[in-house]
Amino acid sequence: MTDPTNSAPHHRDFAGPPGTHALLEVEDLRTHFLTGRGAVRAVDGVSFTLERGRTLGIVGESGSGKTVLARSIMGLLPATNVVRKGEVRYEGRRLSGLAPSELRELWGAEISMVFQDPMTSLNPVVRIGRQITETMRFHLAIPDAEARTRAVELLRSVGIPDPARRLREYPHQLSGGMRQRVTIAIALACGPKLLLADEPTTALDVTVQAQILRLLGRQQRERFMAMILVTHDLGVVAGRTDEIVVMYAGRIVERAPTPVLFSDMRMRYTQALFRSIPRVTDPAHRRLQAIGGRPPDLAAPARGCSFAPRCRFARARCHDEAPPLVDAGPGHSYACWYPAEPGEAAAEAS
Amino acid sequence: MAGSGTAHLRDQDALLRVEHLVVEFPAGAGRRVHAVSDVSLDVLQGETLGLVGESGCGKSTTGRAIMQLPRPTSGTVRFEGQDLTRLAGDELRRTRTRLQMIFQDPISSLNPRRSVRDIVGEPLSIWGLGTPAERGRRVAEVLDAVGLDAETAAGRRPHEFSGGQCQRISIARALMLEPRLVICDEPVSALDVSVQAQILNLLEDMKARYGLTLVFIAHDLAVVRNVSDRVAVMYLGKLCEVAPADELYRAPAHPYTATLLASVPVPDPTVRPDPDPAADELDAELPSPLAPPSGCRFRTRCPRAAAICAEREPEIREVAPGHFAACHFALEPAAATSRHPWREESDV
Repeated sequence: MTDPTNSAPHHRDFAGPPGTHALLEVEDLRTHFLTGRGAVRAVDGVSFTLERGRTLGIVGESGSGKTVLARSIMGLLPATNVVRKGEVRYEGRRLSGLAPSELRELWGAEISMVFQDPMTSLNPVVRIGRQITETMRFHLAIPDAEARTRAVELLRSVGIPDPARRLREYPHQLSGGMRQRVTIAIALACGPKLLLADEPTTALDVTVQAQILRLLGRQQRERFMAMILVTHDLGVVAGRTDEIVVMYAGRIVERAPTPVLFSDMRMRYTQALFRSIPRVTDPAHRRLQAIGGRPPDLAAPARGCSFAPRCRFARARCHDEAPPLVDAGPGHSYACWYPAEPGEAAAEAS
Repeated sequence: MAGSGTAHLRDQDALLRVEHLVVEFPAGAGRRVHAVSDVSLDVLQGETLGLVGESGCGKSTTGRAIMQLPRPTSGTVRFEGQDLTRLAGDELRRTRTRLQMIFQDPISSLNPRRSVRDIVGEPLSIWGLGTPAERGRRVAEVLDAVGLDAETAAGRRPHEFSGGQCQRISIARALMLEPRLVICDEPVSALDVSVQAQILNLLEDMKARYGLTLVFIAHDLAVVRNVSDRVAVMYLGKLCEVAPADELYRAPAHPYTATLLASVPVPDPTVRPDPDPAADELDAELPSPLAPPSGCRFRTRCPRAAAICAEREPEIREVAPGHFAACHFALEPAAATSRHPWREESDV
């Protein structure tokens, strides 16, 4: 469907002085993968704006398109069998038109990314020190000795004890949590204005996860860096983001300032997802409100709302016609024909 | 923590009673991985015991050692009063039909080349139970019980199903021989959030319908609380704390349990994540199971560690009625609660 969905940038309230550009603007972004089964619409018309120093959470289950969205923003997509449409603008510059060499100028210096699995994102046969100084030497053209001094400082700031010794080690000599600290140090090395963190703690144990999330939050505040935190875990984004978008089947189905999303979720999928998670604070044996069915097939998009086949509230219209994103208050919009009443979701869940 | 002892074992007839379980693996050069070191547990008929801890704590090894897969290095595993470690061959195989296991990755635990009918019906054919027609009926009945449409599902192969449906098939297979005890090893951690709840509810339903007893192994604290009657927390091959589920989460007595619970992200933006700088000072490194710390194994990361913790291993002891912890400085249940005020609201 050609949608009115997800167009029009929101968030005038966060915008900078007139005439300046937002840090990141994503407009009607579509990333489709061409496969033997037809086009898989991994990202299907996503728009949002991110201002300097703000934190945005992107929440969705596997297959919702959240990782492909992050990679599309970075320009990290396979060279073939991909159809990419729409715009990504960084400080007003179109990223989609940039040559690989121009993108390299941006990566690390302006926009950085932290991936889920620190073992595969580090080079196993290169010492930690060189992996950190590499970006600095490329972007900042500083002497090796100074790069090393900065690398020690960086490792210390991400909480790695005995940093000078760690510089000489290889990734396999570090634990998973320490490796993720190293990838964060690499991402921060050149002082980027935007950090994309794609499930940065999913591979880690819960005590380590808490430390890494605290570290990311502290660095983000101290450096006044904008951050996009991609996760499947509503708990991870709850206390750490200014704003959340919820994705389902490649689209944004709800977006809101974080406190508003939790107190006033309107879209039925957001509500169902929120209710289906077991809480560590809920008494034992509380019956979970499961979502029936299975996540949608992105190669065979629904005519109507893609959540309709699993939705308790779906009626005929939901199966026929895709709901557009409609405004529900400052910075809050959702795509649902029969939304929850304001405040309903939160009241029932508690 | 990380203590030994059997104070938490109950006098009643437990369906499963594990005592002084030790599992070690050779690691070359004469070294040994101390995967499970002197763990004792019991599970009563109809109860669900949650076994929780971070990676490397020995929870899965414990589950497998109960099944004798592989056999533990030492210790006893009494199931229905019989010590499994002393059984062998046919006797062990026969006993194990009443003891089943469900694994984490539902797709790799099903043979991709066989139909669901064969996978689920195999236990019956192995034991020569029933005629082919009776087997077919039993397969259909159990598939139906786990929420699959027997008619369409039976002829298909695992790759035609989603992860959640494959886990339903695994559950059906585990139920075929009417086991008394099912060991679930991370049964929902490979599943999507929205599918997790389906499988957790299904396990609760199956438990009620077939009168099962469960050992539920997982790293997700919220999931464990949801399904468990009693919860045991493990760290580096040792037991830290055992208590009824709600009690353990409301008032953790062991510093490790308290740390774990404080680390869980809560889906509530009014709870700002704890900006406690002291928490970052804690050494995040798990000590090596090749050379675990002396005394209490948690002492290297414990905010309350003192000299005695390096010298003497704490014995597990009762800190409140029915609530056991292995710590020289167990938290007062009340004090523990107030340290994490966010945990109180929901537990009314």
